[in-house]
Amino acid sequence: MAPLIDVRDLSIAFPRATPVRGLSLTVEAGETVALVGESGSGKSLTALALMRLLPDAARIASGEILFRGRDGTVTDLARLDDRALRRVRGRDIAMVFQEPMTSLNPVLSVGQQVAEVVRLHEGLSRRAAFARAVELLDLVRIPEPRRRVGDYPHELSGGMRQRVMIAIAVACAPRLLIADEPTTALDVTIQAQVLDLLDALRRDLSMGLLLITHDLGVVAEWADRVAVMYAGRKVEDAPFETLFGAPLHPYTRGLLAASPRLDAGQHYSAGALAEIEGSIASAAGEEGCAFAPRCPNARALCRAAVPALDAVAPGHLVACPVTTVAAQREARHALAFG
Amino acid sequence: MTTRRLPRILKAVRRTALQAVPTVIGILILNFFLLRLTPGDAADALAGEAGAATVETLAALKSKFGLDLPVLEQLGGYLSNLAHFSLGVSPRYNQPVAELIAARLPNTLSLMGLALVFALVIGITLGALMASFAGRPTDRVLSVVALLFYSIPSFWIGLMLIVLFSVKLGWLPTGGAETIGANLTGWEAVLDRARYQILPALSLALFYVAIYARLTRDDMIEVRTQDHVRTARAKGLSPFAVTRDHVLRNALIPVTTMAGIHLAGLMGGAVVVETVFSWPGLGRLAYEAVMGRDFHVLLGILLLSSLLVVAVNAAIDILQAWLDPRIEVR
Ligand SMILES: Nc1ncnc2c1ncn2[C@@H]1O[C@H](COP(=O)(O)OP(=O)(O)O)[C@@H](O)[C@H]1O
Ligand code: SF4
Ligand SMILES: [Mg+2]
Repeated sequence: MAPLIDVRDLSIAFPRATPVRGLSLTVEAGETVALVGESGSGKSLTALALMRLLPDAARIASGEILFRGRDGTVTDLARLDDRALRRVRGRDIAMVFQEPMTSLNPVLSVGQQVAEVVRLHEGLSRRAAFARAVELLDLVRIPEPRRRVGDYPHELSGGMRQRVMIAIAVACAPRLLIADEPTTALDVTIQAQVLDLLDALRRDLSMGLLLITHDLGVVAEWADRVAVMYAGRKVEDAPFETLFGAPLHPYTRGLLAASPRLDAGQHYSAGALAEIEGSIASAAGEEGCAFAPRCPNARALCRAAVPALDAVAPGHLVACPVTTVAAQREARHALAFG
Repeated sequence: MTTRRLPRILKAVRRTALQAVPTVIGILILNFFLLRLTPGDAADALAGEAGAATVETLAALKSKFGLDLPVLEQLGGYLSNLAHFSLGVSPRYNQPVAELIAARLPNTLSLMGLALVFALVIGITLGALMASFAGRPTDRVLSVVALLFYSIPSFWIGLMLIVLFSVKLGWLPTGGAETIGANLTGWEAVLDRARYQILPALSLALFYVAIYARLTRDDMIEVRTQDHVRTARAKGLSPFAVTRDHVLRNALIPVTTMAGIHLAGLMGGAVVVETVFSWPGLGRLAYEAVMGRDFHVLLGILLLSSLLVVAVNAAIDILQAWLDPRIEVR
């Protein structure tokens, strides 16, 4: 069966820049795929493109977004007209945004905002939608939902607001839930609760979950598969055990080394934190591999052409010829000498 | 939801009542002294119009109306009248001021009300259109129209409306308040009066139409970029529903504030428009009172205007508390 969503060769362009290039990505039903990469690598634009909610100045320059609907038919969201898109948004694909403080309408009660989406897609009456809103607030584990349903966003904490956003997103039991850094703006203590909630909902509603984050700790705990983005391209894609066990791309390795939470044996005040030197801005105008200015292994070959994604193992893709060649040599070596 | 809004609204009403009374008395006393700065009084004006008044008749007039007393004594008399809920008597009409005002007040209130409705409905509609087509020809053309409304004085707009709709097209009457001698009743009377109100209300409104259109346009464009509008679109709402339920709802908060502030200005504008359209309202009464130095009438109108402004501000507070749940009523 086709994947739930199959993004092929997606490029997103502004008049002067193309911040996402040739991105391919799949999510299966019931699967959690993490999309990781540092700020500015194009994660949010990718998510917005799947919802077809890109800013006015941006357009999908190329590529397909194949989505498998409830009846099994596959449509290309990249070419869907507005009317049909509106039936997909909020019903088949829903999104939780990064900023819970500003993502809710300040002048409507949270109950009204949850009820709005079920009235729209399920045609419930005002009264029925309101009752459903109470149930949904309960589902996202908001205490005293009957009382909270009349609250306005400013009366709720960030964590509670994000739960309301999640209630809106899962109201129509979507097939795919996109969560764009859903916990970045929240207190550390709340983060795990919200992610646990998302994970439980994914399981209960058998949704595909595209979890966008720059926190590898989040990935380690909740993701089945990981796609790593750098400067608008996917540079590595692997099951999460592989990615943490044997990361190949120098950027992924850098990220892992820079992530203090994962070095269990080492307290991160103990030694210099292994940060990746330089910034993503150095990728601008770079020919060949965008990571070359920051890469410890860079050589002339890297600047010749944009590295293609090669499969080094089933389900493990890497866009770095230097690493792939070395990995293959190692594999041959292992084969020859046992 | 509405149940939660109610206590805040009651709080707004109480606060207004507590603040209003001293403010209004202050305004009255200040106006009393300001009016004394103009040369002449009602007796002078009456004598002037009669043309042949002697010094004796003038003195008799003045003492009859207490105009010969020292200013402070006059003020004391006026305030004691007020304390007994009397606005005094007009020397000119020889009639209690309260009666004079009561006869004119409904006309002015309905004129202002209709003008405000016109201003808000037309202004917000134009603004929403301009915002929807921001930067495109529709927006540009409407911006120019709004600028014209803003810069042309209301009496001139009034005259042009008369020329167009009354003289050329013959659709609406040139002035007055109702068809004289028609003796209409019920709905027909209401419709007849409405026909007389349209042009004056429109002349009064167009300036504000321009302001609200601009304000609505700019607010909507700003609100449209806010994150929660993206959430609304992500729900699958149509552009129209997003605009109506999310963008406009937020953009209207500043517009209602402005509308409240403008009500006093609307009353001032009524003086001019009522004169152009010979509309028998308070504005014209005020104009006549100034010309005749009929200070009691003028003070009565001022008192009423102040109360009106206070009442409207309270109404705006309530409306805002209802529109914007973040507003904590002080
Ligand atoms: N409105 C915009 N106009 C021009 N460039 C933009 C705009 N929004 C985003 N970009 C560019 O796209 C890149 C990716 O942005 P984004 O998807 O938000 O990154 P991420 O979510 O990974 O932090 C940014 O580096 C930025 O330069
Ligand atoms: S292609 Fe070269 S520069 Fe790019 S990541 Fe691989 S080794 Fe580094
Ligand atoms: Mg982002």
